[in-house]
Parts: sequence; structure tokens; C-alpha cells
Amino acid sequence: MELVHKNLPALIVVLPLCMGLITSIIGRRGLGWWLAMGTTSAVLAMSVQLLVNVLESGTQTVTYVMGSWPVPFGIGYVVDPLNAAVLLIVSMIATVVTLYARKSIASEIDPRRLHFFYALWLFCMTGLLGITITGDAFNLYVLLEISSLSTYTLVALGRNRNRRALTAAINYLVLGSIGANFYLLGIAYLYQVTGSLNIADIHHILTTQVFPTWSTDAPMYRTTVFVGFALMAVGLSLKLALFPLHGWLPNAYTYAPSSVSALLASTATKVGAYAFIRVLFTLVGVNFAFKLLHTDTVLMISAGAAILMGSWLAFRQTNIKKLLAYSSIGQIGYITLGFALGNVNGLTASVIHLFNHALTKGGMFMALGIVAYRTGHTRLQDLQGLGRKLPFTMAAFTAGGLGLIGVPLTAGFVSKWYLVSACFEQGRYEMAAIVLVGSLIALLYTWKVVEAIYFGKRPEDAPAIKEAPITMLVPTLLLAGASIYFGIDASTSSRIATAAAKFLLGVGP
Amino acid sequence: MQKVLDHYNYWVCIILMMIGFYGVIAKTNLVKKALSLSLFQTGVLVFYISIGKIDGGTGPVLDPRNPEAIYSNPLPHALMLTAIVVGVATLSVAMAIIVNIRERYGTIDERDIEDMEHLAEE
Amino acid sequence: MKDNVLMRVAARWNMPFLLVFALYTQTHGELGPGGGFQAGVMIAAAFIVYGMVFGADEMRRVVPRWITDVLAALGVLIYAGTGVYCMLQGYTFLDYTALIPSNPGGAEPWGMTTVEYGVGITVSCVMITIFNEITEGTLPGDQAETTTEKA
Repeated sequence: MELVHKNLPALIVVLPLCMGLITSIIGRRGLGWWLAMGTTSAVLAMSVQLLVNVLESGTQTVTYVMGSWPVPFGIGYVVDPLNAAVLLIVSMIATVVTLYARKSIASEIDPRRLHFFYALWLFCMTGLLGITITGDAFNLYVLLEISSLSTYTLVALGRNRNRRALTAAINYLVLGSIGANFYLLGIAYLYQVTGSLNIADIHHILTTQVFPTWSTDAPMYRTTVFVGFALMAVGLSLKLALFPLHGWLPNAYTYAPSSVSALLASTATKVGAYAFIRVLFTLVGVNFAFKLLHTDTVLMISAGAAILMGSWLAFRQTNIKKLLAYSSIGQIGYITLGFALGNVNGLTASVIHLFNHALTKGGMFMALGIVAYRTGHTRLQDLQGLGRKLPFTMAAFTAGGLGLIGVPLTAGFVSKWYLVSACFEQGRYEMAAIVLVGSLIALLYTWKVVEAIYFGKRPEDAPAIKEAPITMLVPTLLLAGASIYFGIDASTSSRIATAAAKFLLGVGP
Repeated sequence: MQKVLDHYNYWVCIILMMIGFYGVIAKTNLVKKALSLSLFQTGVLVFYISIGKIDGGTGPVLDPRNPEAIYSNPLPHALMLTAIVVGVATLSVAMAIIVNIRERYGTIDERDIEDMEHLAEE
Repeated sequence: MKDNVLMRVAARWNMPFLLVFALYTQTHGELGPGGGFQAGVMIAAAFIVYGMVFGADEMRRVVPRWITDVLAALGVLIYAGTGVYCMLQGYTFLDYTALIPSNPGGAEPWGMTTVEYGVGITVSCVMITIFNEITEGTLPGDQAETTTEKA
């Protein structure tokens, strides 16, 4: 037990990796699901433990060195309040979705290759958890590619239901690889300047040796740092699907298998956003990014456009899965707006929205997966009158929809509250207005679906359907319930988010 | 002019990347697209390898007879070994998906696929 | 291509040399230039040349799918297993000192050799799998693994 405790930061990445490999060898005949389920639960337990450790320890960060090479030279895994929270989000969602995936995926892919699905599932988790926990810029790239490569394949697995999954996957692959390569090139520039790959070390060298020379007559490496940061920012924006670089997202989410959509929507873009926050705040620093380069203005324009366009495009969709995908683009806008504001409330809003949106969107995609499982489609006309047939599923969907609007007593309200107050603090009244308009459009598209569900009439000749199987229904209700619970009692989530925000801005606990 | 020529490694990297980028955007054949992606990545690899070179530096093997020796930086090369593997993995996943597209659509041309999907929607 | 005498003979005669050179590269990986990546690719190249000349089905008879599937995962497991073993001995992940605690300098090559063998096995099997997938045409489930080893 003591060994596990000491090696937690490494184990949280190594365990899913090893179990993924083992699953691909022996995971036949249903064993794959048990292995995946066991692994995700263990990872969940570990991330809770890490979060507790970090919040309790005074220094706020726990560093683990791979192979005992001291930190700027070797790869260090660093746990701080921010990534402990993101680890918790990823592992929690993964556990719930794995529980759900068993029935759902069995109807969507060839049962003889199910063990490969679970292996990829665990590799995807390895990558996502690794990105979150690593303190090394190049290691982050490798783990980004591990998660992306398994994601491309997971998306392509939707091919049996709709062959468009394949074109969505190749599109995602091309854009994702370009993004990753931009990031890689960005690291090259910063490595040239600092000679280091450790995020904390790069930050230290930049702030103590490079930036001070810029106010003198002989500025050192000014252009190099600018270009490096710009490349990294563009690369990561592609990964997190920030407007206008969101092109890959709608189709990938729409045509992927239901459980994959749920996992991706609630974790993959969140981890991308985390990586972006990491580069902004702990790699180049706020002074460089916001005060000197005014990245915050660019980000705010993108975020505002994402909120308005994402929500508006969502309203125009008739395929509900695509509607949710476009709504995700809007929600990413809220997250980006939060950290672009750069104050404690804004960052708190960002982190708390990472969590709340993961719960909300995960629950909605899972509810929609049940519809697809029972009716085979996710078009608006297929949802007509389902409120009577699938009462619990549709209640979960509606709860999620309320969360997207930001109705009081749902989790979405808490994040928007923080966001709007952060906008007022910074005097950005126009952004506060955009947040409100975005919520209004969210009301429109949610109402469109809810109206069909509860007031629409199911066609007379439609086949009779039953409520979802219990293993799919329980996880869906769990996430929907959690999104309500964290709207009523936000003390835990906001405490963690505030700790993360204060850590990032370096203003004490 | 001298300044431009001094940074020839940047130019090689930029030209390679832009050829790849052009291919990714302009080509409709998916295989050509995947190969352009590979070329795009090669640009980055070449850049990394070139920044490891130090003027007058030798191979980074410790030479006890010559304590004054300057060594080239081997770290970017080691990093690129990993990046090459990532590139191969990306390319192979792309190829596997393209093979699947060929099976289901009967073509690997993006425009034809778009046309077929539009027809299917109408 | 198997009707072409020249190709057939060339393939047959080249294979042992390719394999021996691959093993040489593998075993000298921790001291000289070489290592698991290069050796793995060369081993795979030998089989792929065989497959190209005598047909992919003939190659799959020699190296069945299940073997490459299992070994590809096993190679990474050797790598990760070394790290976990170090962890169990009370050191950090992949701290090779754990292999011979009394002689950390001597343990380093041992650790590297072990992980290089893992890398070699995985790389060769994944390469053969890629060849299989392209000649056979089904979606792979396990190619993301190639990225999991770090050089």
C-alpha cells in the first residue's frame, strides 16, 4: 500500500496502459469490459487520493520523477490543484461511461473485436490522464498523440452504423495531426531559447533570463519566443476545437459510437483546454501572453464567436447528436472566455465549467445513446413523443438541457454566475452580454428538443420501445443527477476550482 | 542576403512544411492527403534535427583524449526518434481508415465521397 | 511476383542476412548505434519482403495474425513491466538501479537492454500488422501502441 501511495502519479498513467495491453491479449468474451471497468475504477480511486493529497499538502505540488532523473533533465510528473481536478474529471467520467459502454458498444461493433475496443479505450485514457499529469512539454506531445490516435480509431468504429464515421475520422486525423505538429514545432522554438523541455523550468528561464532583457536595448530571442508561443497556441486551439478551428468536431462527435461521443465530449476537449491553460499560465506566463501579446483579446473574440456561432448552428440542426456537438463548441467558448479574462473568478469559472460541462454533456450524449440504442436514429423526428416511452432517459436529457441553458439549481448556472461576475470585474460588459445571448440561444435549441420529446406525437406505426437497460440507465441518471446536485450544492466543486485558479495566478490559497 | 542564407535550415523546414500543407488542403485524393501530412511532419523533424547541430561539434560520444571537444546536442535527435514513430503510427492509422473508406465508398476521392453523401441526403 | 525467379531467389537469400543484421543491431543497442526500433523494423522488413514476393497469405501462414497481435502487446508489456518491477522494488518508475541495487552503473545497460528487447518485439509485430492490415483491409484495433514507447 505504501508503494502504491508513493508511486501514484506514475501509476495513474501506467496502470491504464498496462491494462490496455493486457486487455488486447486476453480481453475476449466479455472479460475486456471487466478489465476496463476495474482499471477505470482504480484510476478514479487514485485520482481522488491525489486530489486529497494535493489539497492537504502545504506546498501545493507533488512532483514525481521518472527513473529518478532529477527534474529539468528527466521527465517529471507534477500534480497541482488544477490538474488534480482535471484528473478527477477525466477518471470520473471514464468510469461512468465505461459502465454505460458495455451494452451500448456491443450493439455497435463486431463482438469478436470488442477486446480491441476496450484496449483502445484504455489507451485513450492513458493519453488523456498523461497529458494532464505530465510536467514535460515534449512528453505532453507524445501523450497527446497517444490519446488522439486512439480517438481517431474509436471514432472510425462508428462505421457500422454510418459510413460517414470514416470520413469524419480521417478529417479529424488530418486536422488533429496538423495541430499536434504545430505544437511540436512551437516546442522546438522554445527549446532553442531555453534548452529545456520541463514546463516549470522553461517558465523559470523565460521569466528570469529572457524577458528582463526585452526592456533593455538588446532584447534576446524576442521573435523566437513569439513564434514558438503562437505555434503552440494554434496547435492546441485545434485540439480543443476553439472557433474557428472547430471543423473536425461536429462530424466526429456525430458519427462516433454513442459511448465514444460521451467520453470525447466530456473529456477530450476538456483536456485540450487544460493543456492550453497550462501553456498560457505556467509555461509562458500571464505577463507575456496577456499584457505583452494581448492574447486575451484574440481569445475573447474567438470565445465570443464560438458562443454565438456554436449555439446558433446548434439551433439549426435536426440531428440531435450534431446539435449537441455544435453546442459543445459554444460551451468551449465559455471555458475559453473564462481563462481569457485572466482573473480569479474567470479561471474559477473555466475550471468549474470543465467539470460541470463534462457532467452535463456526458449525461446528454449518454441519454441520446439510449435513444439510438432503442430506435436506431437520433434525428429530431425520432425523439417525437419519447417522453412517455423513455421517461427516465428523457428526464436525464432534459436535466442536461437545463444545465446548458444555465437555469438556476443546475450546474450550468454556477459556472455562468462565476463567468458573468468575472466579466463585470474586468469591465467586459460586452462579453457578459454575449454569455447571456448564448444562454438565450441555448434555451431555443433545448426547447426545440424538449418540445418534441414531451409534446410531439410518436407516429402510430412506430415500433413499441421499452425503457433502457438498467446498466445504461443508471450511469446516465448518475451524471444527470450529479449535474443537478452540483448546481444545488456547489461548495465542493467551487472550492476545488478556486484553489486551482488561485494556484495558477499565484495568489496564495 | 547573408541573413537569409544563414538560416537555411529554417527555409528547408518552411518549404517542406508548406508543400505538405498545400497537399493537405488542395489534394482531394485521401492517400495523397495522408502523404502530404507525412511531409508536413518531416518539415518539423528536419527542423528539430538541424537545431541539434553545433558549429564544429562532433558526435556526442565522450572522448577522453580530447577534453576540449565540442559535442552536438543529441537530445533533439532522440526526441525525433519518438516523433518519427508517432508519424508512422499516424500514417498507418490514416491508411487503415482509407482502406476502409475504399471498401465502403468504392473511391478514395474526397469530392466523389461528398457527392455521394449529398445524393444520399436528398 | 512469385513466378519471377530473380525475385524469389533474392528474397530467399536476403532474409537470413536481414534477420542476422537485425539481431546484431538489437543486441548492440545499448552500447553502439542501433536498438529496438531499427532492429524491429529490419525484422519486419524481412517478413514483408517475403510477403511481397510470395504473397501476403503465404506470409500470414508463416506469421499468423494472433502471434503478431499478442507479441505487439507483449513487447510494450516488457517495457512497462520493467518499470513496474523497479517500482515494486521501492524505486521510481523505470529507475534501473532496482535491477542491481549494489551497482547502479552496471544496472543501467541491463535495464536498457530489457526495454530495447520489448521495443524490438513490438515494432516488428506492429510493422507486420500494418502490412497485414493494408493487404487485408480491416480496421486495426491496436496500432496506437506504436507511440507508447519513448526512445
